[in-house]
Amino acid sequence: MSLDTKNLLLEETEKEDAFEAAGREEKAQETFYERGIWYNLLISLKENRLAVVCLVILCIVVAASLMAPLSPHDPDAMNLRNKLEAPGKEHFFGTDDLGRDYFTRALYGGRVSLAVGTFSMLISLVVGTLFGTVSGYIGGTVDNLMMRAVDIFMSVPSFLLIIIINSFLSPSMLTMVVIIGIFSWMGVARIVRAETMSLKEREFVLAAKNMGAGNFEIIFRHIIPNMVPSIIVAASISIARAILTESSLSFLGFGVKLPMSSWGSMLQNAQSHIMDVPTLALFPGAFILLTVLSFNVLGDVLRNALEPKMVK
Amino acid sequence: MKKYVVKRIVQMVPVLILVSIFSFMIIHLAPGDPLNMYIRQDMTQQEIDDLREDLGLDGTVVEQYFAWLREICRGNFGNSVINHQPVAAQIFEKLPATILLMGTAFLLSLLGSIPLGLWSGMKKNKLADQVVSVLSYIGISIPSFWLALMLIIVFALNLHLLPSNGMRTVGSDSVIDVLQHLILPSIVLSVGNMAVFTRYIRSNTISQLEEEYVLTAKAKGVPRRKIMTGHVLKNCLLPVITLAGMNLASLVTGSFIIESVFGWPGMGTLGMSAINSRDYPMIMGFTMLSCVILIIGNFLADLLYGVADPRIKQEVKRHRES
Repeated sequence: MSLDTKNLLLEETEKEDAFEAAGREEKAQETFYERGIWYNLLISLKENRLAVVCLVILCIVVAASLMAPLSPHDPDAMNLRNKLEAPGKEHFFGTDDLGRDYFTRALYGGRVSLAVGTFSMLISLVVGTLFGTVSGYIGGTVDNLMMRAVDIFMSVPSFLLIIIINSFLSPSMLTMVVIIGIFSWMGVARIVRAETMSLKEREFVLAAKNMGAGNFEIIFRHIIPNMVPSIIVAASISIARAILTESSLSFLGFGVKLPMSSWGSMLQNAQSHIMDVPTLALFPGAFILLTVLSFNVLGDVLRNALEPKMVK
Repeated sequence: MKKYVVKRIVQMVPVLILVSIFSFMIIHLAPGDPLNMYIRQDMTQQEIDDLREDLGLDGTVVEQYFAWLREICRGNFGNSVINHQPVAAQIFEKLPATILLMGTAFLLSLLGSIPLGLWSGMKKNKLADQVVSVLSYIGISIPSFWLALMLIIVFALNLHLLPSNGMRTVGSDSVIDVLQHLILPSIVLSVGNMAVFTRYIRSNTISQLEEEYVLTAKAKGVPRRKIMTGHVLKNCLLPVITLAGMNLASLVTGSFIIESVFGWPGMGTLGMSAINSRDYPMIMGFTMLSCVILIIGNFLADLLYGVADPRIKQEVKRHRES
């Protein structure tokens, strides 16, 4: 970025700041949070070039995986005469040990990895949010017991259990999604519980209570909608974790079954060819790293945007 | 303090019981009779019945569970189906190698993260801080097995500097040889924790530098280096103890993956082969022992934290009085 554009950006931010400040003074009496989440997010993105890069990377990876069928190559078409080719014009990433186009396979693998990551994130969000709100809302002994349960779940080596369970069930995408989801909701539950405990003391919840709203209504119409930002942060971190777990599982051979492949299982396959074709191991891992990195960075940026004290 | 320790130990009992039920049920949740995995075509009914008794699969699930508990109390966790040796003895035989790997990795992650964290906290928002923060993001996000493969390709296959498989060269039993084998796996295993620790130490350093005692020290003319090592470092290291206890799980899991990449002869390799050969007494014992190690690790971390930070003791006291 040149100096001029940087200054322009700065000026713009300042203008917006002034504008916001003017608006804030008018509203100061009635609102506690001066700025919208989206505004804070935009500011954080502007300040953090790494975050912008990550957002772009993520968009490219997701778009490329979604458009995988547009590739001229069939991911499962074998061509033993062209096996283990180096990267080139015809095959961007070369070919694997059965002569399949590695670039196309990486795109299809991305579909599996992203899908497993997304859906297990959804499971852990739903379970964690319900568990956390119920625990925080009821409080007392129930809360104590439920949090002990979270502690227990957190003190077992979940990855080990995931491997064992997966090795006994016939591994499919569905079982993998469910198992990863079941073992990763505890973090969400803790965050959500803490938020619920502070939200349930706020005036609007008390008002709703006085107007005769039931517990169910308060939880689903007043408490959960107010936690959406923190839940989104948790989602971003949890999707990163799920993708890492999935790829480790597949790498160890407990993931999706052939001919389906994910980035992790491609690496497992590449492990036996690292002597002669190291690029086979390079690409899928780089995809995992970039995707997980982007989700982690964006999660942090979101978190900073949500914390009022972090904004100048 | 004594009362606190006793209370924590008492609290561990139900957790251990739950964990044992958990480890036991995992195998029995699998669809079908576990015995089917061991029956061969040419077995007679008599042989199958013998095998059933041998494996402790006779009786109801509850009876089987208590039979297993008795075996645990006797300290051998049942016999392996594959080589008929007691499970506990086999696990304890492999334990030192894993502890060596995990311990080295833990030390490395502390040695790396303390200077990095302090430095980047001191240079908040400067270039050095940004570089360290990008590196720590990468450390958190990198799949350990991929990093392992990359390091093997560079250092073992191309530069021929370091061995990439096993713990010893055949026929050699020197310490240096083991250390050489230790370098790559322990570096890979330390990266994740190093990144997490660095971030915590950095943010702690930033908040500690804003404290008034730092200002006082500065006003008195204490050199910067002394402020950092004498005051800030001490206060920064406290949370790392708890963090270390919490991250023990990632070390156990990590060693599971890393050991299988590097062929390190530890618990992870044993566990993988048990899972692949469906040696279920071994799997049960393995799960149980890993959970126990984690629970004890968390407990020790809590205790250490109490010793290191007197404020925790105060809290315990208040807790006792109320």
